[in-house]
Amino acid sequence: MDNKHRFGIQAAATLLQNANFKGFFQGGIYSGPVKQVCVPGLNCYSCPGAVGACPIGSLQSFLDARTFRLPYYVVGLLIFFGALLGRAVCGFLCPFGWIQELIGLIPVKKRNRFRLDPSLRWVKYGVLAVLVIGLPLGLKLVPYFCKYLCPSGTLAGWMLAARDSILRSQLGALFTWKSAVLIAVITASLFIWRPFCKYLCPLGAIYGLFNRVSLVRMELDRDRCVGCGACAGVCRMCVDPSREPNSAECIRCGDCVRTCPMQALQLGVRPMKKTSGDGKHTNKSKTNRG
Amino acid sequence: MKSRLPALALMLAGLGLTLTGILLGQPGGVLMKAARICMECVGLG
Repeated sequence: MDNKHRFGIQAAATLLQNANFKGFFQGGIYSGPVKQVCVPGLNCYSCPGAVGACPIGSLQSFLDARTFRLPYYVVGLLIFFGALLGRAVCGFLCPFGWIQELIGLIPVKKRNRFRLDPSLRWVKYGVLAVLVIGLPLGLKLVPYFCKYLCPSGTLAGWMLAARDSILRSQLGALFTWKSAVLIAVITASLFIWRPFCKYLCPLGAIYGLFNRVSLVRMELDRDRCVGCGACAGVCRMCVDPSREPNSAECIRCGDCVRTCPMQALQLGVRPMKKTSGDGKHTNKSKTNRG
Repeated sequence: MKSRLPALALMLAGLGLTLTGILLGQPGGVLMKAARICMECVGLG
């Protein structure tokens, strides 16, 4: 599957998850029964178009409630989506990921590899542990991630405030802060591929944990791999599939699979038919890694 | 397909938890939150 097809799936997923089109024109949000279903990607339920619930927002609404109840429903869905797709959800179904990719299409010189990048990848786990789980669970009544960080919610806020003068009259310091976060993410998306997904997204952090075991996963035929480094060179998430094909950072875009000159990588559900040790492809030139 | 068994087991576990949540009426709780504009989420709360 090439990137055009992936883009088509991302567009369709975004439209499906935001199918309440009249909300964009009339203001207000959809509040029908479908809204109780959690969507797989990061899509604020206060977006005028949203027809489903954001899993992170829903999780926090359970954790910050005065009376604690184990969130079986949301956690079950997260495990299901994670075990089925892993971070393919990020690469194919997440509306906010797609928005960042669209911004990234603006031709500005990208710099995906820089010194702090590996350390910054850990921040999203901190966001998950502290803002999504720890603080809402400990201090109650405030969904800290949604309130102070989530740029998807701010995007919804911009759309709602544009149509509603009462909401506009309530804009204050929090809105200014959240708008600054969103503008920072948009600006960063010009120079770094999917910066929010790489460094801050708690949903990506959850799905990343499933990448090694998910049904849809990457397989590497080590007998075919000649270690040319083409896969690592093309990866915009800065993963080296020849070393770690199921890295928690891989969003399954498939760029590496298409680039590999030896067809040593496969992405999918079915296990790969690997070349036997005495086959044509051997692993002799491991030294020419780029 | 043996290598896919853990994924299938996890998917079943996820479905089991989801069904438990449905039986406990948790989707209604999600709807209560999601059916109105979350002022905190949009930066107005």
